[in-house]
Amino acid sequence: MSTIELEKPNTATAQVGAAMVALSDLPRRAPRVRSRQLFPSEPKGWLVATLAAGIVIALFATWQLLADADVVDTFFWSKPSMVWDSAVIAFSNGTMLGDTLFTFTSTIAGFVLGVVGGAVMGLSFWWSRLYARTSEPLLIAVEAMPKLALAPMIVLALGIGIESKIAMATALVIIIQVLNTHTAVRAVDRDLQTLLYSLGASRWQVFTKVVVPSTIPSVVASFRVSIGLALTGAIVGEYIGSQEGLGKMIQFAASSFDISLIWVGVFTLGILSFVLYLAVLLLEKVLLRAIRG
Amino acid sequence: MTITAPVPHSTQQSDLTVTNLTRIFTAPDGTETRALVDASFTAKPGEFLSIIGPSGCGKSTLFNAVAGLDQPTSGDISINGSPIVGQQGHVGYLLQKDLLLPWRSVLGNVTIGLEVSGVSKKRANEIALPMLQAYGLGEFVNHRPDQLSGGMRQRAALLRTILFNRDVILLDEPFGKLDAQTRATMQEWLLDLWDDFQKTVVFVTHDIDEAIYLSDRVIVMSPRPGRIIAELPVHLDRPRKPAVVTSARFIDLKTEILDLLATGQN
Ligand SMILES: Nc1ncnc2c1ncn2[C@@H]1O[C@H](COP(=O)(O)OP(=O)(O)O)[C@@H](O)[C@H]1O
Ligand SMILES: [Mg+2]
Repeated sequence: MSTIELEKPNTATAQVGAAMVALSDLPRRAPRVRSRQLFPSEPKGWLVATLAAGIVIALFATWQLLADADVVDTFFWSKPSMVWDSAVIAFSNGTMLGDTLFTFTSTIAGFVLGVVGGAVMGLSFWWSRLYARTSEPLLIAVEAMPKLALAPMIVLALGIGIESKIAMATALVIIIQVLNTHTAVRAVDRDLQTLLYSLGASRWQVFTKVVVPSTIPSVVASFRVSIGLALTGAIVGEYIGSQEGLGKMIQFAASSFDISLIWVGVFTLGILSFVLYLAVLLLEKVLLRAIRG
Repeated sequence: MTITAPVPHSTQQSDLTVTNLTRIFTAPDGTETRALVDASFTAKPGEFLSIIGPSGCGKSTLFNAVAGLDQPTSGDISINGSPIVGQQGHVGYLLQKDLLLPWRSVLGNVTIGLEVSGVSKKRANEIALPMLQAYGLGEFVNHRPDQLSGGMRQRAALLRTILFNRDVILLDEPFGKLDAQTRATMQEWLLDLWDDFQKTVVFVTHDIDEAIYLSDRVIVMSPRPGRIIAELPVHLDRPRKPAVVTSARFIDLKTEILDLLATGQN
């Protein structure tokens, strides 16, 4: 080997050597001793449920005690025992069950119309970019408009029956569903579509065999938001003008200063929306299994 | 591997002819990419033909044109003399990715070609099940693609291509992402499949050993703009043993291809 060849590695070695010395001089942090797992384990289901129930009971108990001690004014805030008495009366001889069913029905109807209509329209954008690009800004403009402001008009136009409530619920759901579905449609893997075309598939076949199954997960994921929106729409419709429903019942209670009855309506709504949410989670599971089967 | 496969009796054979095929991509700003220039070759009926060339030399572009997915700038493509430019569904095409539909089972994936062709699901399954059994996917029939190893995914994708039931199949670097061990197994597996089905195969790879080991003929392409610079017959007896890669003929051919690829011209 020639000396010239040796010199080059030598300078490099000198530099690397200095760096290595510097590195070995750096202080090292003391090793850490950990007594717990790196990632906390999932708590038991019963423990979570018990704690949650405990918190709710504690809140109600505090409310009751403060009201009994006259710290909380029951004229404005009522108290759990009075709410309970009101509930028993409302459900046993009032129109409460009918009201609940009315709100439930208009929410479900609005949800189904909005979700199906929105998904169909969102999916239809796959067929033409021109149609999709033209529609999108219009949809965004409609979505940006506060639809609750339309409620009086819708109630005037469709009457104080269930139709106007369903229309409000649908209006709140549909545009979001269209936009979400459109986003999903645009994200459909082009290569998977190309594969289908390479097999000589028609556009309809590409649509049904690739586009629809690809978008179902995100369509279904927006159901959870949509069900809450549908309930809001139905209630607002009832506030504007209705002869039935939990929204109407709450307004009636407010106009007669029956705070306990307002609470009965609000808690019933809470339970209703929780039940609807669980139902949607179930629907989500069923639909996802359907495309995977 | 010994395989007793339900080979269809009336296996038809077809040739594929590509004549003066050129594809120039024009970007929105007007710049042109000459991806493929004046490519001509014929794959004979039942032949195993490999195309080898550096990355970006237009191999996938060529396949996309043959599969009718892309309109060439000029040139002709025909099967048994009838032109197929711009028409889809004439050839079985395994694209560079396996493109298994993630929500379908292996069975659902391999039957999609028949399904698109209008064969009933029941009939398609009757045909596909014994093939999945015979070609090593028997225990994965109901698995989702994401539950499969790379090799098994590739088998499923290849069987999907075979089950599409066309005489000419195009395979675009099917084993490119597999480890050496799996790749060797898959090469044997593919040769068995080819033996059983007598398809005309056009096989793209950038692995010279793989090209020689599998093929009857190797086409060598130049770097971009992609041109065909050589067509070399592989005079090695079949069935070939893996040890053939150490034979003098094999090494001579390999050296020749290495030279061609290094200089980029004939
Ligand atoms: N749709 C396209 N638009 C513009 N350029 C493209 C397009 N498809 C491929 N190319 C270019 O054509 C050349 C050949 O690509 P390709 O056929 O994919 O090469 P490979 O031989 O690696 O498969 C590349 O330079 C690539 O960038
Ligand atoms: Mg390629």
